[in-house]
Amino acid sequence: MNDFSWLVPLPVVLPLVGAGINLAAAGRTRVQRIVSMTTLTVILLITMVLLFAADQRGPQVVQVGGWAPTEGVVLIVDRLSALMVIVSVVVTMAVLRYSIGQGRSSFDNESDGHAPLPVFHPTMLVLSAGVSTTFISGDLFHMYVGFEMLLAASFVLLTLGGTEARVRAGVTYVFVSLLSSMLFLIAIAMIYSATGTVNLAVLADRLDQIPTDTAVVLHVLLILGFCVKAAVFPMSGWLPDSYPTAPAPVTAVFAGLLTKVGIYALIRTQTLLFPDGTLNNVLMWAALLTMLVGILGAVTQDDIKRMLSFTLVSHIGYLLFGIALGSPAGMSAAIFYVLHHITIQTTLFLVTGLVERVGGTTASSHLGGLAKISPLLGILFFVPAMNLAGIPPFSGFLGKVGLMQAGVAEGGWLPMVLVAGSVVTSLLTLYAVARVWGRAFWGAAPRADEGMTYTPASTGNGRAMGAGVVLPTVSLVAFGLALTFVAGPLFEITDRASLDLLLREPYLIAVLGEGRPR
Amino acid sequence: MSPNITLILVAATLLGTGVYLLLARSIVRALVGFLLMGNGINILFMVASGPAGDVPILDQGDPDQMADPIPQALVLTAIVITLAMTAFVLSLAHRAWQLGRDDLLEDDEESARIHRRAEENDMSGESTDDADVIAAEFAEEDTGEEER
Repeated sequence: MNDFSWLVPLPVVLPLVGAGINLAAAGRTRVQRIVSMTTLTVILLITMVLLFAADQRGPQVVQVGGWAPTEGVVLIVDRLSALMVIVSVVVTMAVLRYSIGQGRSSFDNESDGHAPLPVFHPTMLVLSAGVSTTFISGDLFHMYVGFEMLLAASFVLLTLGGTEARVRAGVTYVFVSLLSSMLFLIAIAMIYSATGTVNLAVLADRLDQIPTDTAVVLHVLLILGFCVKAAVFPMSGWLPDSYPTAPAPVTAVFAGLLTKVGIYALIRTQTLLFPDGTLNNVLMWAALLTMLVGILGAVTQDDIKRMLSFTLVSHIGYLLFGIALGSPAGMSAAIFYVLHHITIQTTLFLVTGLVERVGGTTASSHLGGLAKISPLLGILFFVPAMNLAGIPPFSGFLGKVGLMQAGVAEGGWLPMVLVAGSVVTSLLTLYAVARVWGRAFWGAAPRADEGMTYTPASTGNGRAMGAGVVLPTVSLVAFGLALTFVAGPLFEITDRASLDLLLREPYLIAVLGEGRPR
Repeated sequence: MSPNITLILVAATLLGTGVYLLLARSIVRALVGFLLMGNGINILFMVASGPAGDVPILDQGDPDQMADPIPQALVLTAIVITLAMTAFVLSLAHRAWQLGRDDLLEDDEESARIHRRAEENDMSGESTDDADVIAAEFAEEDTGEEER
């Protein structure tokens, strides 16, 4: 039955091998580029096969080293993991192509100058390996290792070049991330002492058997750690503080992937380990506050990158809403929205990188009249921005409608308040992006006496809107649009994925076998 | 299994002092806090592994008398990861000290500016002057850097 299970470890192994080759080839930019792009393309193909296999034949499982689930690490790809890996690889590829097109790794005039940083490509591949590890591991501790892999890589990427602003932002980010990892580790230690295992499938069985109050303590600990990672209010303050200082491609990949890893972990916890939904009401309140506080923050921002960081926080609330509903429809819409949101946030940050190349800044008060200079840039910003705000017929609209339908179907006053809250958030998002759109693209051009004339030369290699950076952005915008066109089949897959998640049986049987040991 | 109370006290002390130090603005202090917390959690794993026992090698004695090896493997991994993170944070602290002769964590300029505007009740949204001042400050710092 498991014909394709030998493919399961490859999304982790290949990028690590690629990263090794890239480190050995430090200084040979061309070799690095070829290796990274080939690796990612191969992984993309592999995960597509895995998605097909997981969809048609059930979850694909590998028991590493042949150890039984209680002793060893289990790797498992079900529909959810496969979808997440595919989207993460797609955005990583687009971002890498963008930074290749940029000619150097970081958009930085201060210290690394025009030299491509030799560590950029290896680190991106390690990041990709860490993200994949988290998505395919069927073991809490292995998930922690995946988190640490991607964190270490993200620390390096965030502080690339070591300028003052980046070190300042880096310190905040590093300590918050380390703290959340510690929370997660404490939770793992507690869970091990309560149940004697860290394997997710075995845990699912054993957690049912321990006293409810103990289970609630473990549940809260796990969720706290993940919520910090996912930037759920009130643990979201670190995100807008640290993301905007990084180079555009780095911010783009962070915005797309890092918080979603926390969301993925939350989905697993809520469905597999604690399916009884004791904390669903708490999560709903957190979702509501995340949405509203996040978007109110976005409205006050002047800098486009910071505005986008706040919308990122805000839209995490939608995902949390879907998870907290705990119904098949809600979970399905949440998974769809995760896929949409990874793509759209990455796209918007890449487009903002283009705005920075053309305009020399991302402060919207210093921008203006960009639509005249580059109509293409206008379209590239407009389409994903409207997608983010959830204007029909884009995928953002479909995801939001899915969530609202699920909320209405759930009934009760709290889901209804959340539905109202998500409408308000959606409108405020529209206001925030429309304001930036109006100022940067239609407002008066910047005053010449400030010396803020548009000088693309300050942005590095030659033309600001060169094909090397525009094509990856266009393709990602197109991918975002494609989500609308395949929304029907995609929703069918996410429906099946969410049913599997909530039933738990397919996952448990895949890992433990038919007659599962208790 | 009754947990080992000494280990729990040690872990609690380490975690408590760790959290206290982590709240400091100095990067090195926070790093020490992180290290203490890390060790506290490692000891928590030792609590989780239950009472000490024989060497856990297969076919060498009674399995009932063996110590549980899995938490020890987990702790080993956690120690390695903590070491790597410590190295990174140390280099970060060194870089911060290089740049500013200080390892204190500073406030975010942009959010400080928004706070200031909120206090002044400035609703105009036109913040160019303020941003220019900050940009000028940055430019000065940059030139200072090159001279050094």
